[in-house]
Amino acid sequence: MSAQASDRLAPPLIFETGQTGRATRYVERGKPLESFMPAKTLRDDLPLPDNTELDVVRHYTRLSQRTFGIDLGFYPLGSCTMKYNPRINDALANLHEFADLHPFVPDELAQGALQVMHELERSFCSLFGMAAFSLNPAAGAQAELAALLIAKKYFKERGATKRDKVIVPDTAHGTNPASAAMCGFTVVSVKSDARGRVDPAEIRAVLGADTAVCMMTNPNTLGLFEDRIHEIAGAVHEAGGLMYYDGANANALMGNARPGDMGFDLMHLNTHKTFTIPHGGGGAGHGPLGVATHLVEYLPTPYVVRDGECYRLDFNRPKSIGPVRSFWSNFAHAVRALAYLYANGAEGLANVSQYAVLNANYLRVKIAEFLEMPYPEICRHEFVTSAQGLKKKSGVRALDIAKALLDRGFMAPTVYFPLIVPECLMIEPSGTESKETLDEFVAALREIVATAESHPQELFDAPVTTVVGRVDETRAARHPDLRWRPVERRSG
Amino acid sequence: MYTPHTQADIDAMLEAIGVESIDALLQVPDELRLRAKLDIVPALPEYQIRRRIEQLAKRNAGVDLVSFLGGGAYRHYAPPAIAALAMRGEFLTAYTPYQAEVSQGYLQAIYEWQTYICLLTGMDLADASVYDGATALAESAIMAMNATGRHRFLVSRAVHPNYRAVLRTYCAGLDVQVDEIALTADGTTDLHALASALASYEYAGVALQSPNFFGNVDTLDADALRAVRDGGAVPIAVVAEALALAALATPNSWGAQIVAGEAQSFGVPLAYGGPYVGFIATKDEHVRRIPGRLVGKSVDNAGRTAFVLTLQAREQHIRRERATSNICTNQAHCALIATIYLALLGKTGLRDVAALNLERSRELATAVANAGARLTFSAPFFNEFAADVGRPASEVLDALRERGILGGLDLGRWYPEYATSVLMTATELTTSGEIAKLGAALKEVVRVGAGV
Repeated sequence: MSAQASDRLAPPLIFETGQTGRATRYVERGKPLESFMPAKTLRDDLPLPDNTELDVVRHYTRLSQRTFGIDLGFYPLGSCTMKYNPRINDALANLHEFADLHPFVPDELAQGALQVMHELERSFCSLFGMAAFSLNPAAGAQAELAALLIAKKYFKERGATKRDKVIVPDTAHGTNPASAAMCGFTVVSVKSDARGRVDPAEIRAVLGADTAVCMMTNPNTLGLFEDRIHEIAGAVHEAGGLMYYDGANANALMGNARPGDMGFDLMHLNTHKTFTIPHGGGGAGHGPLGVATHLVEYLPTPYVVRDGECYRLDFNRPKSIGPVRSFWSNFAHAVRALAYLYANGAEGLANVSQYAVLNANYLRVKIAEFLEMPYPEICRHEFVTSAQGLKKKSGVRALDIAKALLDRGFMAPTVYFPLIVPECLMIEPSGTESKETLDEFVAALREIVATAESHPQELFDAPVTTVVGRVDETRAARHPDLRWRPVERRSG
Repeated sequence: MYTPHTQADIDAMLEAIGVESIDALLQVPDELRLRAKLDIVPALPEYQIRRRIEQLAKRNAGVDLVSFLGGGAYRHYAPPAIAALAMRGEFLTAYTPYQAEVSQGYLQAIYEWQTYICLLTGMDLADASVYDGATALAESAIMAMNATGRHRFLVSRAVHPNYRAVLRTYCAGLDVQVDEIALTADGTTDLHALASALASYEYAGVALQSPNFFGNVDTLDADALRAVRDGGAVPIAVVAEALALAALATPNSWGAQIVAGEAQSFGVPLAYGGPYVGFIATKDEHVRRIPGRLVGKSVDNAGRTAFVLTLQAREQHIRRERATSNICTNQAHCALIATIYLALLGKTGLRDVAALNLERSRELATAVANAGARLTFSAPFFNEFAADVGRPASEVLDALRERGILGGLDLGRWYPEYATSVLMTATELTTSGEIAKLGAALKEVVRVGAGV
């Protein structure tokens, strides 16, 4: 079989390989389970495959080769901040003294880990202008949930139980309304204005005695700075509500402006975006939750405190919403984030943000030469373009452009989000990409748009260079096949 | 750092954009411009970053002590092949596999993960992961509420205390009352109390755990669960030590409809508590209520087998406030690690590891009994058990620590009635020498206590 053929052939499922008894042995042979436990408490069969280590290494190496990561090429996925993931971060997170530390080790014997968390927390407070951070939430969405639980408790203690509305702009990430619903809040959606921003008048129109929280992303998902944020925060506060900052786009202002100074009471960071933690194919993430002074005592437990030269996990926080996870934090990610912080310092972090903005604007003006820009103005770290005009002319949609980019060695941008822009492509280059890479991307996109006008069918057929062509999503949803079943096992 | 821009690049880019300086791109109103000096360490060269963080790491003295800690996080052997594969850049630096055509490898790995969880639990389907065991329970409770339309939840006191606490945190958001079922004197769930609570027909679901927090195998079987079904509640099995699934009767066999678990034991580093990897497995009838990503098998436009994220209409980016959950980022990379672990160990290896855990924990129990403590309960246990040391467990643990041993968990921290009991764990990595050391130290400590 040629190397090329092996690339294209789908590896069998791990369950379709191996022979019982073939597994490489890592531990001694165990005695029969019946010698320890009553037979009725035991399972009958364990239908898992036995493979040698070589089989397994080949299998997952081949699967890795059928997966695209930042390490393989440009990954301009909007709102996801796919910047380079420095390897020193992983090396340090994997140090024995961190990787093998049990979460129930007494505080006195885990001072290094606690200091990592405390130092990171203090740095975040300074960098984002908040009074305290909890490093507990496992992802941004969980931080949103924790923040809304804090808001709920805060209002309940003030007797303001009628505050049951959460205001969310129509450009918000889907997690915002979903988190609000998980806390029993009713979602009020606010339309963006012609400038792609939230108009304070629209906010005022929905504010009232029932307002609990207004959730904003800044810059928003169109990549535009919410320049009237101060006014909006003032109005929400005047109405007795709290302001929440969705930090998914924090890479755009880190070190240059702070959510705390804009009037936000609560915020989250996605350190798996802003602090270069690898996304790992969809997680694990890390969603530190920051709060202003009046909300510190509500933070989830435990919270890392410093008593003189000693650090400890504080569980005794009577007003806390309680814990949000089994153990304290996605700690390995706290190590990675701290390493990234050390690598940059305050000035470096501000530069990271500035280069992200420079890259985005450079791409924006280049792409504006051949695609529509619904909001033709200076953007921050990302921007949206639309294939609506192209679709009218050629039938080629944003999805077709996305698939054609895969054929040209690039990851596709985020498509069809935010929902308010038809045929939307949301492009975020991050600051770690060179001008040459951006130029190559522009050239590819320009060629795709030209092909749309001359040979649109080529784009409808894309991608053709990938290991599979377009996948039938309808069939996947109509006839869900979510697992392999033993009956399918090949004989022999 | 890590930015490639030369001054010439910057100048050329600014010229193309048509502005004078990067500052002109920042768009931040003047009053919001950050002027304060930040309280952050100055940038360090990479070798100094390494040195500084290595120094912090060395302050974790607890990492190398003889340890009998468990309680939802377990020290198991992880073959180096796991890291060699999982740390490949293609896996490590991929995002959620939205573009299926360039993500077939990861999607297949997640499909394999979903299958492994089904085979281990006996359930019909499993999601692509949730944050951890505790949030798996909380999300499962929400599934049960959506399935029954009821807003009250029941949980056994034998379920991991941290999981119960997280369940309460989540339920507070939905104004859902959480009630607890008492324990029997033998450290298992009181099934009579369970049956009488369910007679109210008010509960959406019941969470039970076996092996439970004390390590005891609870007396769960189809008969015991009849009361749950009769009460119209959804039975939820909680799994904090996934290795037990390789040996013990599956949750499906006693009638669980949802399994909420933690798979850290499958090769995921202890890492002071995270990231770990939760899972939710369930029956086909709940497929549209399950939270998180799901990978499905389909075909491409040429009829070739192809994998893709599916049933996304449940999810927040489509359904917004009507989604089954707010989860977006999950624990994919930890799920990948667990999948590779299961592939490497195989059926044979996993059975061996389970048997060794049973064997070593029994050796430990014998040593503890010989040292003058007694087992708090007589129920069969998996790889951890409660030992009554006859005096406040915290004192005994302090004394053991002075002898270089982390003896286990003080059960009094969560169960005041067991303040003289220590939860002790042994795994395949626990050596006879460590057990002997613990036995000798415990003998001194228990005797000292008895003499006071």
